[in-house]
Amino acid sequence: MKNIWAICKKEIKTYFMSPIAYVIITVFLVLVGFFFYPLIWWFNSQSLQLAKNPYYYQQLNINQMVYSPFFHNMSIILLFMIPLLTMRLFSEEKKRQTDELLFTSPISVNQIIIGKYLASLFVLVVMLLLTGLLSIFTFVFGNPELAPVLNGYLGLFLMGAAFIAIGIFFSSLTENQIVSAILTFGALLLFLILNWTSPSAGGMWKDVLDYLSFFQHFNDLTRGILDTTDLVYYLSFIFLGLFLTHSIIQSRRWR
Amino acid sequence: MIEVEHLTKKYGELVAVKDLSFKVDEGKIWGLLGPNAAGKTTTMRILTGYIPATDGKATVASLDIFEQSNRVKKIIGYLPEVLPLYPEMTVLSFLNFVSEIKQIPSSQKKEAVDKAIGISGLESVRGRLIRNISRGFKQRVGIAQALIHDPQVLIFDEPTQGLDPAQIIETRKLIKSLKGERTILISTHILAEVTQVCDGVVIINEGTLMASGSLEDLTASFKEKEGVAVKLRKEGKEVLSLFGKIPGVARVSLEDDELKIEWAKGKDFRDEITRLIVEKDLGLIEMRPLGIGIEDLYIRIISGDIEQ
Repeated sequence: MKNIWAICKKEIKTYFMSPIAYVIITVFLVLVGFFFYPLIWWFNSQSLQLAKNPYYYQQLNINQMVYSPFFHNMSIILLFMIPLLTMRLFSEEKKRQTDELLFTSPISVNQIIIGKYLASLFVLVVMLLLTGLLSIFTFVFGNPELAPVLNGYLGLFLMGAAFIAIGIFFSSLTENQIVSAILTFGALLLFLILNWTSPSAGGMWKDVLDYLSFFQHFNDLTRGILDTTDLVYYLSFIFLGLFLTHSIIQSRRWR
Repeated sequence: MIEVEHLTKKYGELVAVKDLSFKVDEGKIWGLLGPNAAGKTTTMRILTGYIPATDGKATVASLDIFEQSNRVKKIIGYLPEVLPLYPEMTVLSFLNFVSEIKQIPSSQKKEAVDKAIGISGLESVRGRLIRNISRGFKQRVGIAQALIHDPQVLIFDEPTQGLDPAQIIETRKLIKSLKGERTILISTHILAEVTQVCDGVVIINEGTLMASGSLEDLTASFKEKEGVAVKLRKEGKEVLSLFGKIPGVARVSLEDDELKIEWAKGKDFRDEITRLIVEKDLGLIEMRPLGIGIEDLYIRIISGDIEQ
């Protein structure tokens, strides 16, 4: 545990002692704010228009009209941000040959991977927590339900955690950070929109493609539904990403 | 302390190290010599646990480097050829990080870091970013990280590469000062470094052992003839023939204003030569034994001219 903490602490310091974390977090927050404003503006205008009609006014739901699309927007922004967050994790070590220090120290490959993974997860949590500032306004001036909002954030966290696991895997494949980021972005995008092709697949393949799609599982969570299938899906992705990273690193050393 | 037995490493079809065996005694500095792509770095990487071997066995302090990898890593300090430094960290934060991954107990961490900084002469740059310090100081940081957990064995891959002459001298001094308590294996291209720093050498070429032993033993065993180089005030053919007449002297030659007098291994004619110089009043300026230099030895071994 101490070894994992040593690696994690060093990675967090690297993120925050260089511009990486600040740039990623700032760009993320600017984009999130940019997408959040029109949603609030649209909800407000709808509220004003329907204020005279009590029936329709009752139908207005800030969770569905603001938060659900807001979470989807954030997931798309994460798709762009996470590859930038993870691209250096192993690529840079390989390129600088600092991996020689890590792998000749009495510390296991798993501990190194988990330490780096937790550091990226920490940055993700900081990013998501800071978006919570936007919700202060909705909770002060509106009355959204807290549980679906928290559920949505849990979904974003799980999706981001899975994104990071995939990013770490691609980072272990190459010493070129740009290649690592592009591969991660491509893979994430593919898994995000996998269900777009499912209607044309039909039969069993439709179910498989739907199940593998990030969005399919994310939709439930943003609607406030907490299903263990979705949790298992994301946790499996995280495990698979980290397991493949371990396999790549070990196989490279044994080659 | 370090024992390598029939070590082989293959990268696909390429054999980087082939059936390599050698031994380094405790408390000695041993040099690993060889041309580029001889397998020096591969051998060092195997010994430090960075990569596994394809075949063979190696032990460090009687611990098997493959079976007891983690225990071996705790007693080895390694300075790779490319310095494993994080330029965005300060010297102090980097050494703190290394002390943690080398599993130094928290209570001893500060003492270990201070000691490594002291030994490596890094006091003046301890708070500076690694990217902003000179190449010489970076090399010292590399040495400090190898020393931080007070290892019994140090493995340095090209420790003076890229340094200026003053820094090379300083680094050699530092390495020599570490001798005694620790067993040190150094790979180098610089032959002068071997004579100045090392007690013995392992010479490899194309992954194969060419020679190994202490410097004295190696040079003695490769010496086919013995002799002296003599510098005299008087020169000329008659002087040459004077020494050539000594019974048992095999060869007398004049090279670079020096007389080289050689005889078969195991004999000694220095008394007779001295007597002759005095009797004939030839004016002795200098007399020194002829020996095979490390450069000579290395070139002849690598070229396959001589085999041990």
